[in-house]
Formats: sequence, structure tokens, C-alpha cells
Amino acid sequence: MNKSLLTVDNLTIGFPNTHQTLTHVVRNVSMQVQAGARIGIVGESGCGKSTLAQALLGAIRGSGVRVDGTVTYAGESIFALPADRLQRLRGAEIALVPQNAGQSLAPHHTVFQQIAEVLDIHLRVRGDEAWRRTVALLTEMRVHNPEHVARRYPHQLSGGQQQRVALAMALAGQPKVLVLDEPTTGLDVTTQAALLALLNDLTHDARMAMVLVSHDLGIIAHTCQHIVVMYAGEIVETGHTEQVFRQPHHPYTQGLIAAMPQITTARLPHAMPGQVWSGASSQQCAFRERCAWAQPMCATAPVLEFVETTHAVRCHRWQDVLTARAECDQAEESHQAHLTPKQDDAIPVLELRQVSASYQQPAWRWWVRTPAKLVVTQVDIAVHRGQTCAVVGESGSGKSTLARVVTGLHQPLHGGVYLAQDLLSTEVSRRHQAERRRIQLVFQNPDLSLNPQHTVSEILYRPQAVFFGRTRAEAHPHTVAMLQHMRLDESYLARLPRQLSGGEKQRVAIARAFLADPEVVVCDEVVSALDVSVQAALLRLLVEIQQLRGTAYLFISHDLAVVRAIAHTVVVLFAGQVCEQGPTESVFARPSHPYTMMLLSAVLTVPQRDFQSPLVHHLDAGAVSAGGCPLRQRCPIALPQKCADVEPPWQQSAEGHVFRCHHSPQVLAEYRNQLFLPATERSMP
Amino acid sequence: MVWYMAQRIFSSLVTLFVVAAIIFVATEVLPGDVATALLGREATPKRLAAVRAQLQLDRPAHERYWDWLYTFVHGDWGNSLARPQQAIYPLIRERLRNTLWLSGLAATVGIAISLVLGVLAGLRRNQWFDILVSVVSLIGMSLPEFVIGSLLMLLFGVVWALLPAVTIVNPQASFNDMLPSMILPAITLVIVMVAYILRMVRSSVIDVAQSEYVHMAYLKGVPSQRVVWYHILPNALIPTINAIALTVAWLIGGVVVVETVFNFPGIGRLLTSAVSDRDLPLVQAVGLVGAFFYIAINICADVATLWLTPRLRTRYWQVSDAS
Amino acid sequence: MQADTPLRATYPKWKHRFSLSAWAGIVLLLLHLLMALCAPWLAPYSPTAIDPDGAYQSPSFTHVFGTDRYGRDIFSRVMYGGQVALVISVISAVLSVLIGGALGIGVAFVGGFIDETIMRVIDAMISIPSILLLLVIVTGLGTGTAVIIFAMVLSYMPGVVRVIRATALEYVPRDFVLAARMRGERARHIVWVELWPNVLEVVLVEFAMRASWIVLAVSGLSFLGFGVNPPTPDWGLMVNENRAVLVLSPWGTIFPMIAVATLVVSLNVVSDEIARMFGVDRGVRR
Repeated sequence: MNKSLLTVDNLTIGFPNTHQTLTHVVRNVSMQVQAGARIGIVGESGCGKSTLAQALLGAIRGSGVRVDGTVTYAGESIFALPADRLQRLRGAEIALVPQNAGQSLAPHHTVFQQIAEVLDIHLRVRGDEAWRRTVALLTEMRVHNPEHVARRYPHQLSGGQQQRVALAMALAGQPKVLVLDEPTTGLDVTTQAALLALLNDLTHDARMAMVLVSHDLGIIAHTCQHIVVMYAGEIVETGHTEQVFRQPHHPYTQGLIAAMPQITTARLPHAMPGQVWSGASSQQCAFRERCAWAQPMCATAPVLEFVETTHAVRCHRWQDVLTARAECDQAEESHQAHLTPKQDDAIPVLELRQVSASYQQPAWRWWVRTPAKLVVTQVDIAVHRGQTCAVVGESGSGKSTLARVVTGLHQPLHGGVYLAQDLLSTEVSRRHQAERRRIQLVFQNPDLSLNPQHTVSEILYRPQAVFFGRTRAEAHPHTVAMLQHMRLDESYLARLPRQLSGGEKQRVAIARAFLADPEVVVCDEVVSALDVSVQAALLRLLVEIQQLRGTAYLFISHDLAVVRAIAHTVVVLFAGQVCEQGPTESVFARPSHPYTMMLLSAVLTVPQRDFQSPLVHHLDAGAVSAGGCPLRQRCPIALPQKCADVEPPWQQSAEGHVFRCHHSPQVLAEYRNQLFLPATERSMP
Repeated sequence: MVWYMAQRIFSSLVTLFVVAAIIFVATEVLPGDVATALLGREATPKRLAAVRAQLQLDRPAHERYWDWLYTFVHGDWGNSLARPQQAIYPLIRERLRNTLWLSGLAATVGIAISLVLGVLAGLRRNQWFDILVSVVSLIGMSLPEFVIGSLLMLLFGVVWALLPAVTIVNPQASFNDMLPSMILPAITLVIVMVAYILRMVRSSVIDVAQSEYVHMAYLKGVPSQRVVWYHILPNALIPTINAIALTVAWLIGGVVVVETVFNFPGIGRLLTSAVSDRDLPLVQAVGLVGAFFYIAINICADVATLWLTPRLRTRYWQVSDAS
Repeated sequence: MQADTPLRATYPKWKHRFSLSAWAGIVLLLLHLLMALCAPWLAPYSPTAIDPDGAYQSPSFTHVFGTDRYGRDIFSRVMYGGQVALVISVISAVLSVLIGGALGIGVAFVGGFIDETIMRVIDAMISIPSILLLLVIVTGLGTGTAVIIFAMVLSYMPGVVRVIRATALEYVPRDFVLAARMRGERARHIVWVELWPNVLEVVLVEFAMRASWIVLAVSGLSFLGFGVNPPTPDWGLMVNENRAVLVLSPWGTIFPMIAVATLVVSLNVVSDEIARMFGVDRGVRR
């Protein structure tokens, strides 16, 4: 066994809280990072993983912090180092890639200046040599046009580029340990896939150790050999990634895996009951309140015990958990009933016909002349009663604009929105009150969609007053009933949004939408900002309501697995144009459009499917220009002349979904088979 | 960049027009008869007629406005109403020169001190130095200028008799001659300026020191000294340029009280005597001059900020990048 | 990733712990208010009662602060002067903040051409240093309490408009405003029910800040002789009147100076504390 480079020994970190005591964000964490190891730390919000990541560099933000235990590097305790030794350690021996590169890169230095700073301080490299090395690093990070990027300022780069620059900067000092804190936050699925492939290649040789912190099990599954699962500041399970995923011993790990939507089946993910532990006593097992296996013996905190050489679990009842899981696996496949399409309504309740939209400066600003760019082009969508139609795409695909057009917040250039065959006015203020009531919108970020100065009771009263003319007394029973529907009890009525957690706020937002008794609910990335178990609970809730009330959903998301779980039909958008649309199952199982294939191949699942790694080469290739097929600069099978000049025609596939491409279905099917080969020599991380 | 400057200058010209209109309206477009209001108790029919003739009060307001602007822009600022032989332009020029000397002196010293103190206080947040500086700054901000001025006069001019308390100085004296009488008013101005600017600098430094990218710089292994000079200061100080410029521009018009306390022959003193004499043309002229300086310094500050901030600068430069 | 963050106890704002200096400021302010309100009952003499023989007396039991040039009791004059200062500054501050606040929100909500035009005018008004504007107005309209209030509002209201507009602009594009529009809510509802509660905290901070500036400006103006008309007592006026005899009888100057200083300090401390309590960032701009 290799000698351990970085050892964490019983680390406990406590922050002062408002009750004059300490909240322990990290508790008794011990781990070893060996040279060449790839360790993933996974957990949901508030589990302490980010604090742990920063502690590895000896950096803990905040005042009055109390640290017990040690973090040792090369025999020395990091917290005891004098300032100048610490400064030489960071960047040169241990480096961090921060979560939000956009905010962590210095806004007043060019990319070159920032990377050169690291080279100068740690390696004494300056001038031309520094330039050469910077460009070399950027090239290694697969940045398109590295010399150009090196002279730019961070705000001029895209999110993916910024993240690569941060990575280059971390690697510039040639560290022995690389710590990454949620490196793909806010990145598109394909960009994320490319970045992870890059990471895999970089750490392939056993020289550098990597510690990757993430909330996403899929990322960990694809990049790390070793996994550490954290809950409430403690390590609850750790071991080889493959092993832990195949046989999770801890109820929380099981719950996490069960809460992830799968792209391969339409199974609704399972939610764990309860909420994340909020700093109660350390006497009992932290997971006890949410655990289905909890017993009186769990009142004493369990210790981390080794069940195999490298696999450790912190649970009293892991044997029972293990046996129960084997039985549980069988019962999984039965939940597809919610996706059988109903045949009754032939008339779609919501229709978009040939909708095109763009963004323009208002006419009176005559001194600013920007040409109007089409954000959405000729989109046709039909949603039936009681069904969910998902719109997927990456950033810039125009899906949010569609949500606004449907609800009348944005005027389309062409086309119309039809509610049960009635054409709706393009401007929301000109619609009838009844029309406004029947289409509701739930926004992505409940911090922004709930008025911070209004109580829950006020927020839920407004739609009832406006749409039904109820007084507060009349509305009260409806409000309480809806809250209960959302699994929130009456005590929430007097609370302000800042006193609620993220999941609770989103439930209030959903409750507000449903109190109007709508026929169509547009969900704009409603679960994207939530932890995976919270997301699972909300998805179940949405499906439940849909089955009860027959509401139609227009579900906008970038997460294909979530879409697979709840959508009957899907529309794939790229640069404002529809690439492919049809029943979810057939579109995902047998995609016909190259972009759909790209998206699908970039989805990371747990456990790993037998798919090859995604198309990394063509991803940062540049902006989309008008005319022809918008995908042509990124499409690996693009025809140089045809795809650039002629718009691709609509075709119908054998499975009943439509797509636009110049290639014939046979060519595409062949390409698809090529892409999705079962991996014979897939390299295991 | 050039386009931006052109935009700013254009919009400032518009602002200047509006300011001139405001000044004009405030002084000449009044309910009741201007001439009577001006002369008050000294109104004799002959003098009333003279004032009306001079101000051409029989013509409609907007015509007078444009006329006034036109002659003003062309350099003819007319004569003082109180002393009809005195031409306004040379009078203002002379007093303005003195005020500019005083303000220049105060501004240089004041900015230097507040930058140094503000940065040190911000970096040593909540330590004894910071607390001391913050308290002093609070006091400086809370005392009116005339209080500070009078106290200084009392201390240095009377109790310790180091410097002249009251100036009886020839308005046309040279800089060196005027220097001794500029010291006390300059100190007063410095105290007020430092109180404001120091606070802003301090809070800007604290803000930046807590930002993500400064934290990242520490995590990169950049030594503290370098973090301060290359990361914190550039980002903390540049946004304060605007606020500093505002305070400096205030010095032009705001010295009124200080000049009165010390009887300094500057444009502030001129304004107060003009106001008490109800000398309309003089008041209008001084008002416009003051506003002009304010606006001009503002433009300089905006352009400087723009040029020094990469994020804003690149908005106006043609950047073709492959994103 | 926000998600189900553990609920840290979010204490309601009224549990805010005031620092020691904040308490000192509050107490001082209350004292001033008390003194001003109760002047008619607490002042031993009338502020305008002249006693030519008893001029320039030092502080004693009969005249706690001494007498001034005309034999008037300085203590009483300071008390009544406080009344003047507070009345003018409170009225001016309230008016500035109300008008400025309403304008700021209105302009932020409506946006577009109206926004640009009005902000141009506001920018022009800010471009005149306040003393200049005050003096210019005084030239035109003369002196007196009403004129001072008018001049103060005109000077300080534009700044309020800018700050409130900036704050409101943070909220206008937020989703809950869109949600209100989607419900078909009228503009009036959106401005008053949705936007105003969010802007209120900033309005309070601005009010306290501007009150302190206005007190300074009023005393400065009176010092120059353009403020309230004598014999109404005003601190600035008192300093000016007694300036000439500073060496002989400093009492007429010192006590009003102390009064002004303490009032402004307390206002500043209180406004800082309110800003801290609401987490309002006053930013770098003046």
C-alpha cells in the first residue's frame, strides 16, 4: 500500500452559532489520501464536505472556529504550520479547484497573469517561459484557441472555459494533491462530461492524487476509485466506488442511490423521509430520525467499522440493511404505471404552433442597435391532459424563453399559444382572468419567486383572492388543505420564506400554483436547484397531483434522467430549434438526432451503464451561426456543404418520433449503434 | 472608449443645461416681482426701473434663459448688480484661483491621509487601530465645518497663537504669501474630507478582503503582502475613485462655510456676500461655475474608473472571442 | 446547490443585539428629543428675553450655560434651538424620503423612457453641490423656516431617489413580481404590496442618514446667516453671533457646538446601527 500523502485524523470543526454553542460541521472525519488515489466525497447540502475540502488546505473561513484533530501532510500538521510554510504548501503541494470559478478568478487580471502568478511564486518561472507554460497548460485543458483565451479576462469567458482555467491554475504549481470542490456546478451536461473526461485523463498516471467533492453520485461514479459518503458532518460509509454502489451498506447511501432518477427506466426515484439533521446532539446516530431501520440501539452513535478491507460503515444494523436491499431490488420495476399514456383526450390542452421569439432592445433606445437574434425558432409542441411534456436543452437553447412565451411574459415574433384550441393573447395583461388562472408557472429559484417580506399565508392567499374572490376566512381551509397536500403543516403559515429550507420553499411555490386550480402548469427547472433526495420527494409529489387532478405539465429541464422519470413526451431543443421530439421512452432509448445522442451519452448514471465516453472534441467550438443546421459546428457527422446551407428536413422515425436531420435514418441508426457500444475495454476509474 | 467619452460628455452637457435651468428658475422665475424682492426695502421707483432694465424682466422667462446662457457661454458674464462697475468674470477668476489653491492643497493632503488610514483600518478590521480610526472618523463626520473651523481657530490662533486666526489678505496675493492663511482652512477641510473618504475606503477594503477571489488567492499560495498589493488594493480602491471625486468636487462649492469662518477670499466667500447682497447675476455665475467643476470632475472620475476596471473597459472595446 | 439546508435558527430582527455604542447613541438621541419637546416646560427663561446688563455672564446657578451678548440665557436658547433643528430636519427628512422613495420605486417599476428622463433630471440636481443649491434657492426665495425646508428637500431628495431606485431595481426583475403580473395584478398592487415592503428597510436607513446631514446643513446655513431669522434661536446662528467674542466669552459658542455635535453623532450612530440591523449595505457612494 502506498504511503499516505495527506492524512486526516479525527478532524472536528465547529462554528459558533446563535445559541452560544458550536455547530459541528465536520465530526470525527478520518481519511487517507495516497499518491495516485482518486477519492470522491459525496453528500448533500450541509453535510460538511465543502468545509472538509477547504480544511485539506488548512483554510477554514469564519471567525471563532474551533478545530480538533489534525490534517497531516508529509508528516506535518497543516493547522500548526507557520504562515510562510502554509503559503508554500498551497498551490505547490496541495491545490484547490474552487466551486464557482467565475467568482474565484481575479476579475482584474487576465488569465495569463493569474496562471503566471502561480508559476512565479511556486516555480520561479517568469516572462516568456511563463507564457509558454501557460499556453501549454491551457492546451492540455483542451481549451480552444489557448493564446487568445490567455489574454482575456475571466468575465469574457464562458463557464466551461472559466472552470478549465481554474483547473489549469491549480495544476500550474504541479501539486501532488488536487482537491476539487463541486467543479461542475452550473455547467451544461455536455461541458460537464468533457471536463470529467479531462480529469480522468489527467489523473490516469498515478502521480497526482485527487479528492473530488460533489453532491452528484454520477460524477463520483465516473471519476473516483474510492468513495466517501458524508452525512451531517460524519463519514457514514466509505469504500471502493464500484463496491459501494453495488452493495451499499448504509441506509443513507441506499437512500441516495434510490433517489437518483435513472435514464434507463421510468422509475420514480424514492425520497427519504425527514430532513437533513440540523445540529442536534451527538449522542445518537445522526441518521436515526430518517432511518427505516432505526431501533433503540441507535440511540448511541455507531462507530465506523470495517466490513471488508477497504469498506467501512457507520451503522449498527448494516447486516440487516444489506439483506433487505436484495429483496427490495425486485420490487422496483413496477412503478412505470404513471407513464402509460391515456388515450381519451385527442385535443391537446396546450399547444404551441410555430412559435418563434427573439430578444430586442426597446424601440426608443435608438442609440443602441443590436440585431435581433432568434432565440426560439418555429417550435411546435402539444401537451395533453394529465400528461407531462418535457422540454430539454442546455443553456441558450431557448427553453426558458418558451416558458415565458406560454405564460405571456414574453411576446413571440410569430406563432401562437393555444389553450384548448383557443388562441391566447401574447401579453399576459391582455388575457382573460380565466385564461391566466388556467396556466400557472413555477419558477426555478424559490428565493426569487417568493416575496421575502410576505408570510406563507399571504403568499398562498393572493391567488385565491385574485382568481376566486375569496376572503381570507374563506381561503383558509383551502390553504391548509393544500399545505397538507404538500406535507407541510399549519405552523408554516406564519413563517417567512427565509425561515424555510429550499425544498419547503419550492413546495410553497408549487402550492401557490395549484391553488389556482390550473389545467396547465409550466415547471421551469423546478427541481434543478435541489438536493437529490429533496428532488425525489418533489417529483413524486408532482406526479401524485397530476394523477389526482389531471393537470398537464410543460416540464422544462436540463436533467435528462429527471425527464425520463416523469415525462410522457419530450422535446429536445438546441439553439432555439427543435431537434427531436416524441415519446420519452423511444426518444431516449433509440435517439435519432446527433444532438440527442450527444446529450444522452453525457448523462452520468449510477451504476455505470455500458456506454462509451461522450464526444469531447467538438464542445467549445464556438457560437452558432444562422442558416442551415445549428448543430453543424459541433456535429461529428456533419456534411460540410449541406448542413451549412440547407435547413434539415423533418423526418419521422420508425418508433414514432420526429426529428430534423439531413442524414437518412439508416446512417443515424448506424452511428447510434457505434456510439453506444457495450464497452469492452471501458477503463474503470 | 472614445465612444463612451463622447457619450458622457454629451450627457453631461445636457445635465449642465438642466442645472443652468434650475439655477435660473430658482433665482429669476419667482412668484411676485423679482425686482421688488431683490431690492427689498431699498426699492425706489428709479432703482426698480434700473433693475428691471438690467435683467430685462419684461421679456418671457425662457427667452431670458437662452439669452443668458448664450452670453454666458460667450464669455460675457455681465456686471455685478450690487457693484455695477465690477465685472463678474475677472472677479470670479481671481477668487476661483484662490479657492482652487486651497482646495487643491486640502485635496492632496486629504486624499493621501484617508487612503492610507482607510486601507490600514480596513486591513486591521476590528483591531484597536481600526476602532480608533472609526471613532475619529465618526466625530469628523458629525461636526459641522464651522465648528471644526472655529475650534481650530481657537486652538491655533488664540490659545497657542501659532497661526493667524483671521486673514486680512489681499485676494490677489501669490501662493506663497497666501499659504500661511490657507493652513487652518485647509486643515478644516481635510478633517471633513478624511472622515468621509476614510469610511468609504475602509468599507471597500473590508468588502474586497472577504471576496471569493481574494480567498482564492490565499488558497493559491500567494503570500499575504502580495495579496494586499496586487489583489485587494486594486479592487478596493478603484471603485472609490468616483466617491473621492465627488468629495473633491464638493470642495469647490462646499468651501463656503470654511471660507466664511476664516474670512478667506475665495469663491465661497464671494457667493455668501453675493447672496446677502441679492446680487443675482453673480449668484448665477458662481452657481454655474461650481456645477461645471462638479460635472467635469465627475466625468474624469467615470473615465478613470472605466479605464482601470477591466470588466467595464472590455464592454466598450471590440472583443472578438470564440466562446 | 441550496436545497434542504439545515435550518439555522434565523432569529427575528427584533432580537438584534445592540452594541454598547449603539445604546449610547440611542440614549443621546432620546435626550435631545426630550429636550426639544419639553423646551417650553423645562427652559428656565424665554429664549428671546433680553437683559442688556447681564450680558456675557459665565455659567452659574442662575444661568446654567451663561448668557450671550444680549443677556439672553444660553441654556434656554440651546433648548429651543434644538427644537428648531429637529423640527426642520425631521420634516425635511420625512418629506425627502417619502417623495424620493415614491419616485424611486415608481421610476424603477415603470422603467423605459420615463425612467431615463426623470433620472437625467435627478442627476442634474445631484450635480449641484448642496450648499450651492441651498444658497441659490435662498437668493431667490429669501430666508425662513419654510424656505429652508423646501431647499433641504430639493437638495436631498434626489439622492434618495437614486438609492431607492437602485434598491427597487433589484426586486423588479425578480420572479415574484413576474408571478404577480401573471396573476393580472395591477401596477398599484405590485408597487405597494410587492415592492414597497422590500424597500422599507432601506428607506428607514436613508431617513436616519439624511436627517443627520440635514441637521448639519441647517446649522451651516444658519451660521452663514441664511437660515432661520433671528431672534429665533438656532445653533448655527448662535455660533456665528458669538464668534467675535470667542476669546472673552466662549460659552455662547461652545454650548451650541456641543449640542450640534452630539445630536449629529447620535443620529449617525443610530443610522449605522439600523443599517447593520437590516443588513443594508450602504455601499461606497455618498
